[in-house]
Amino acid sequence: MEFIYFYRSILSIPLLADSTWGVNYFLDPFDLYTIPLDDWINQAVDFIVQNFRPLSQLISIPIGWVLNGIQDNLLAIPPLILLLLLGLSAWQLAGWRIGLFSFLSLIALGSVGVWEQSMITLSLVVTALVFCIFTGIPLGILCARSDRIERWIRPLLDTMQSIPSFVYLIPVVMLFGIGEVPGVIATIIYAIPPLIRLTNLGIRQVPQDVVEAALAFGSTPRQLLWEAQLPLALPSILAGVNQTVLFALSMSVITAMIAVPGLGLMVIKGVGRLDVGLSTVGGLGIVLLAIVLDRITQAIGQSGSLNFWYKRGLVGLVLGLVHRWHLGKVKI
Amino acid sequence: MSKIRIEHLIKIYGSNPRIALSLFQNGAQRNEILEETGQVLGIADVSLEINAGEILVVMGLSGSGKSTLVRCINRLIKPTSGHIYIDGEDIVQLNPHRIRQIRLNKVSMVFQNFGLFPHKTVVENVEYGLQVKGMSKRKRRQKALENLATVGLSQWANYLPKSLSGGMQQRVGLARALATDAGILLMDEPFSALDPLIRGNMQDELLQLQKKLNKTIVFISHDIQEALRIGDRIAVMKDGCIVQVSTPEELVTQPENEYVHAFVQDVNRAQILKVGSLTRSIYACTVDQYSIESVWKRMQTQQQQHIYIVDQYNQPIGYLHLSHLETAIQQGNSDITQIMQTNFSKVHENVCLESIFHLFQTGIPPAVLDDAGQFKGVIEASDILANIGSLNRTIEEVN
Repeated sequence: MEFIYFYRSILSIPLLADSTWGVNYFLDPFDLYTIPLDDWINQAVDFIVQNFRPLSQLISIPIGWVLNGIQDNLLAIPPLILLLLLGLSAWQLAGWRIGLFSFLSLIALGSVGVWEQSMITLSLVVTALVFCIFTGIPLGILCARSDRIERWIRPLLDTMQSIPSFVYLIPVVMLFGIGEVPGVIATIIYAIPPLIRLTNLGIRQVPQDVVEAALAFGSTPRQLLWEAQLPLALPSILAGVNQTVLFALSMSVITAMIAVPGLGLMVIKGVGRLDVGLSTVGGLGIVLLAIVLDRITQAIGQSGSLNFWYKRGLVGLVLGLVHRWHLGKVKI
Repeated sequence: MSKIRIEHLIKIYGSNPRIALSLFQNGAQRNEILEETGQVLGIADVSLEINAGEILVVMGLSGSGKSTLVRCINRLIKPTSGHIYIDGEDIVQLNPHRIRQIRLNKVSMVFQNFGLFPHKTVVENVEYGLQVKGMSKRKRRQKALENLATVGLSQWANYLPKSLSGGMQQRVGLARALATDAGILLMDEPFSALDPLIRGNMQDELLQLQKKLNKTIVFISHDIQEALRIGDRIAVMKDGCIVQVSTPEELVTQPENEYVHAFVQDVNRAQILKVGSLTRSIYACTVDQYSIESVWKRMQTQQQQHIYIVDQYNQPIGYLHLSHLETAIQQGNSDITQIMQTNFSKVHENVCLESIFHLFQTGIPPAVLDDAGQFKGVIEASDILANIGSLNRTIEEVN
């Protein structure tokens, strides 16, 4: 009996709500008034677009310079020579296995006909990386030095990473237009958080007794940073660089939607035309490039690999030969 | 002369030390301050003088404030209130620039976990203080190598610290601290992380080095044996206060309270007590000065069973027991030098008791000498036995 009574009272709520105007709004207050956040944001973006054009140009001009410089070089050098140069650099930086792998991957990219697109994508990634490094590492250092700055920057980074990357394409397009430079800017925004985080973390994780020792022997804050904190945080910072590279590469498909050329554009075009072959080739190109860049940056990041770089790779081989020739063991 | 003078030093950890400080000055205890304000009283009104060229061991359990105290001296930690004078300069009031100069030139430090830079080679670690100071590369390298040689690690100069054992790493830490030529050496439990055997070796080496270098050393330890072995003086800390400052011997024989007593009760007192403290000054006769009969009479009045014969420089040359003397008198022998025994042992007054036990085999109590070799008295087995036992004397007396 009581059960039925209870059931009826539940059922009667919507009836009650329908019956009376006031109760209706009481139960659904959002129907009465909503904050026009979307309008506000539109107005704010309009305001920024109208009044901060010099600022947006100030940002995009240096990015354009760097991008053009890198891209022109990558496209101007004949593929065979560039192939050798990149393969040898990879050997030098990351050892012969990864060098050989990079070399073969680049040959594969060229032989499926996406050499030019790959080089464009590479130049976009490298440009984004350069700017990420020059802003991200100093920001990470600032965060590590001051808890207050970290408190402010951390939610900002969370926001940047959790907002779907499509969302900030719109303000970027409104502020910077479409094309490669806005694409790089969107890529930087997306790819910089891990670098800042890992720089901050790396410096904060330097053992306390090492920091104390550096201070006890009279280091200035700058000496502390350069002599103790940065060298010890380097593996962590380079892990951040690795992440930034991969994030930047993963943005290449999304930025293709604001007319950024390269491998990503092939994917988007293929999807648009239902050309599975085209988008697969583009996708595979991105994957190959990603593996190559990941392996190289990871190898650099492994501790100690920056020491004695001259003993490895082509330089090491040549120096070794010269050394042996001096000893008279090898006659040239 | 005091090199470091600490006056009414107080350190309170926490976000608002002012309130805690006023509470403390109104007589609140450590626990009360923690409960009321959440602030931790690290150092509670410590005053201390450290003399030039001495090793002062600051001893206490963990959390007693000893590490905080030593870090206040080079201002790795800023005191909440009070004064620390180094060569007369109050370092609590200094600006960062001057503090750095003091760290570069006057105070260096050795750390418990070595605090070596893992990415720098051994010699680069040692020259760090000089590098920060701005010394040219060649000069500082040379100096670093000299200091590495002092601690016996020359051949390891170009290795990374991680390829060295713990004891060797701490030698590098010591060399790094010595390289700056600072007069004050702060050592924060430098040997605690080492194996007992290595620890003993390092302690000996430190004492050897100190004989040459004559630094002012503030040595933190939680190990009473280490403190007694190394310290010229020992300061015992508890809950941020200094409970007792005294020489090792005084610490063992006259502990100020139960806390210190508990610390020292398991100590092997024979290793700590010096011969000098148990020496019985007895009447000694100068050779050629008295006749045998007068010596005998004198011994009778002093109720003395034996006597040492000294030369004109007050250095012992022979020993006589009362019975020998009596036999000699009966036989009519009048020359003391002929009847005295010369196979007695001499010990210096600063030697610890344990090292003279074997001398009692002969049955002749050893003669105790001072620095100049002059006769001070004798040390007797019964006195030693009465003093080296456990401090819980009351129980034994009841039995």
